[in-house]
Amino acid sequence: MMRTWQSARRLLPLIAVFGMFLAGCGREDLSVLKPQGPAAESSLGLMKLAISIMIVVLLIVFSIAAYVMIRFRRKPGQNEIPDQTHGSFKLEVLWTVIPLILVIVLAVPTVRTVFALGDNHSGDKNAIKVKVTGHQYWWEFEYPDYGIKTAQDLIIPAGKDIAFELTTNDVLHSFWVPSLSGKIDTNPTGATNRFSFSAPKEGVYRGKCAELCGPSHGFMEFKVKAVSNDEFNQWIEAQKEPAVLPADPVLAETFKEQCLKCHAVGDQGMSVGPSLTGIGSRESVAGILLNDDTRQDGAPVEENLKTWLHDTQGVKPGNLMPDPKQDMGLSDDEIDRIAEYLAGYKLN
Amino acid sequence: MDWITTVDHKKIAILYLWAGGLFFGIGGIEALLIRWQLIKPMNDFVDAQTFNELITMHGTTMIFLGVMPIIFALMNAVIPLQIGARDVAFPFLNALGFWTFLFGGLLLNLSWMMGGAPDAGWTSYTPLSGTAYSGTHGVDFYTIGLQIAGLGTLIGGINFLATIITMRAPGMSFMRMPMFAWTTFITSAIILFAFPAITVGLVLLTFDRILGANFFVPGGGGSPVLWQHIFWIFGHPEVYILILPAFGIISEVIPTFARKRLFGYSSMVFATILIAFLGFMVWAHHMFTTGLSPVANALFAVSTMLIAVPTGIKIFNWLFTLWGGSVRFATPNLFASGFIPTFTMGGVTGVMLASAPADFQFHDTYFVVAHFHYVIVGGLVMGLFAGLHYWWPKMFGRMLSETLGKWTFWTFIIGFHLTFFVQHFLGLMGMQRRVFTYLPNQHFDTLNLVSTIGAGLMGAGMLVFLANVWITSRKPPDAGGDPWEDGRTLEWSIPSPSPEYNFKQTPLVRGLDAFWKEKTAGNKGMTPAEPIGSIHMPSATPLPFVMAVGIFIAGLGFMFSRDDFSSALVSFLFNNYVVTGLGLLITFGAMLVRSLYDDHGWHIEPEELEGR
Repeated sequence: MMRTWQSARRLLPLIAVFGMFLAGCGREDLSVLKPQGPAAESSLGLMKLAISIMIVVLLIVFSIAAYVMIRFRRKPGQNEIPDQTHGSFKLEVLWTVIPLILVIVLAVPTVRTVFALGDNHSGDKNAIKVKVTGHQYWWEFEYPDYGIKTAQDLIIPAGKDIAFELTTNDVLHSFWVPSLSGKIDTNPTGATNRFSFSAPKEGVYRGKCAELCGPSHGFMEFKVKAVSNDEFNQWIEAQKEPAVLPADPVLAETFKEQCLKCHAVGDQGMSVGPSLTGIGSRESVAGILLNDDTRQDGAPVEENLKTWLHDTQGVKPGNLMPDPKQDMGLSDDEIDRIAEYLAGYKLN
Repeated sequence: MDWITTVDHKKIAILYLWAGGLFFGIGGIEALLIRWQLIKPMNDFVDAQTFNELITMHGTTMIFLGVMPIIFALMNAVIPLQIGARDVAFPFLNALGFWTFLFGGLLLNLSWMMGGAPDAGWTSYTPLSGTAYSGTHGVDFYTIGLQIAGLGTLIGGINFLATIITMRAPGMSFMRMPMFAWTTFITSAIILFAFPAITVGLVLLTFDRILGANFFVPGGGGSPVLWQHIFWIFGHPEVYILILPAFGIISEVIPTFARKRLFGYSSMVFATILIAFLGFMVWAHHMFTTGLSPVANALFAVSTMLIAVPTGIKIFNWLFTLWGGSVRFATPNLFASGFIPTFTMGGVTGVMLASAPADFQFHDTYFVVAHFHYVIVGGLVMGLFAGLHYWWPKMFGRMLSETLGKWTFWTFIIGFHLTFFVQHFLGLMGMQRRVFTYLPNQHFDTLNLVSTIGAGLMGAGMLVFLANVWITSRKPPDAGGDPWEDGRTLEWSIPSPSPEYNFKQTPLVRGLDAFWKEKTAGNKGMTPAEPIGSIHMPSATPLPFVMAVGIFIAGLGFMFSRDDFSSALVSFLFNNYVVTGLGLLITFGAMLVRSLYDDHGWHIEPEELEGR
């Protein structure tokens, strides 16, 4: 055991160097290498340990390989038969024992972290419970303690443990917020998965689906928005308020008849499709059309809603929403006005 | 016609090589299309559905129809020669194994032309691969095609087991067997235990899809996680079915070109057996994020890491075989030498993946894609290239061009590292695998571009190889029996290409590296273990081909048994299992003929042997 810790300590400077090197990679709200929460940090810690050990191994193998290939190259005219060595018991034991030690160095913290991350927070009074349900190709987030449901944007209070309970409504998906935590699959009910993470810093983090789930698998993105405790409570209250319907009664009727057969707003409608409550204040439309007109890859929310409603299959191939024009018989004008109404439906 | 009826292991090897090469080419084109689609964000070169079909077919084709047959080609070409046998144990079955593989593969690839290829990933996780979410016949082609092809693999595996156990030349004890024969033996044993698992899984999935059963359908009480267990209990050992033969090839090539015997032979044998054993114990490391318990994750993490130990033994033994040798870098040895560092890089990322909490981040990202391509392409394909260049003169009697061989090596290996090294970083930066496109501004763009350029370079390397094969085939067959001059094993003691009876007289084996031993003792050839006598040969027969055609027809018939066709007659034939029955009738009929008609084969008489 002594030996184990010594070799671990010797690796520390390497860990530091590679840590710095790797930290240069990717977006802060997306990269595994720039963790923003304890769960992602513990994964990265193991990665750094593993990669340090592995780089040592690679350096040894590469240098021996380079040495033998240069040193023992057959020169022109060289024709003698080298010594036919059988092997060497000592050497063979050496390269059995050293890898074994390296494996133990990695295995001990691995096992410890597996159990630490496997802690069940569902009984924790201070944790916020969230039920995640995967759908082709959107995410539903339910807060059972508050009796509310939302979609695509997961709002959480910064610094609090979030206790997740994950299932799927159709095929397997995998819930992944790289900068906050590793992923976990959503299995059908009966094999519900639980895990938890927290986001100490306020901010928006990008989430992805990591399990092939159909054509639009790559587009099944979501955002995790960590906000202050006060903001979170405000948001919860706003979510509970009664539905705001379009001001124009005719449009309101159309909206109710056509959209609320699947979607919910406030206390009205069905929850087959994603909830639309406060969709105007979300980070994105359909998970991938970013509502950020200050950046080149975003657009105002109203424009995004129009893009979506006019071409749902074009934006997200294979999704289950009927086409508003073809299948529901809405006119272009009605679609635009619904988009306008939804864009204005903001919480807070 | 000669090629359809042959039961000669050397000809079957060539059949496996061409068929495997064909599917390898198809899989390679699919790979290039995938990379082209990912060259820039939000690309629309192919649509999402086609992309999913491409990745599914690329994976399935490469694993089952591309590299495995090429491995079988080398095994068939070399194993009987290496152990001093005149053929495999069951020549008829050998041919049957090839034809079922070929027709299974053809059936799978027909899907492109018959309404859609499988689209649920090569792992075909349910429920996505169920009829509810994959409505075309794609996944049916996958389940039935792979069952038929898998039958061929299983037959081949059993055949090699029997051959190696019973047909070694006098004096060749297990511990005098060449490493390639050893890895073939262990690989065949893995096939024997792993393939029945996938076959059962595929049958159950077929029942779900065609007969409406519920083994993997959550709504009907089935379990998608069960499919994952069945798939990976086969799927993980499959990795070793692929890589162990490559280990064997490297263990043959390096000693030949270093003029030294393999360092630590017995520890190599021991490591091979250990890897095979551990290979069956670690399947759940593919399922760390499925939500198994922390206990399961911890156990599978540690057992997976242990595989690094025997693998490490092998790497260092190869390096120390080169140590103190007289190393010549002919093309086969270039590939073998490139294999060592490249495969090591794939191996170390494997250990990183084994650390379950880190895998929560790696899993299903491009990091994994990078890892397994380092192992399968950087390891296995490099090994196959080494083996093909090495044994080409033995198989065809012609030496491949060394100049073109070197060009193949450098374009391929540079392209390879360019393609896959950057993918490690893509994964860590948040790119999941199996996405048909990605949004801009995620720092993915440049690395994906680099990766695609690398793939193009690998493609160019393959073209150089094909050109080499084409040019070589036009030269006269003039390779000597021992063209590398330092051949150590029995196959180099006979002419190239070898006569159809392999050995005029069965050789007497007096130690490891039998031919080298005779050469250093000053002998020109092997010491014979028997006088020259009449050699019994099996007869050529079209029956294996007919049986495979029958299974192929039955498979197609079963697949479409629920479909409505525009013609009432066609509907009648399919819906009442007439087509299925007809196919099975052909197969069983051929089996009956085989049973009733006694074919004693023929003999090559001593006069004829001397006459040559």
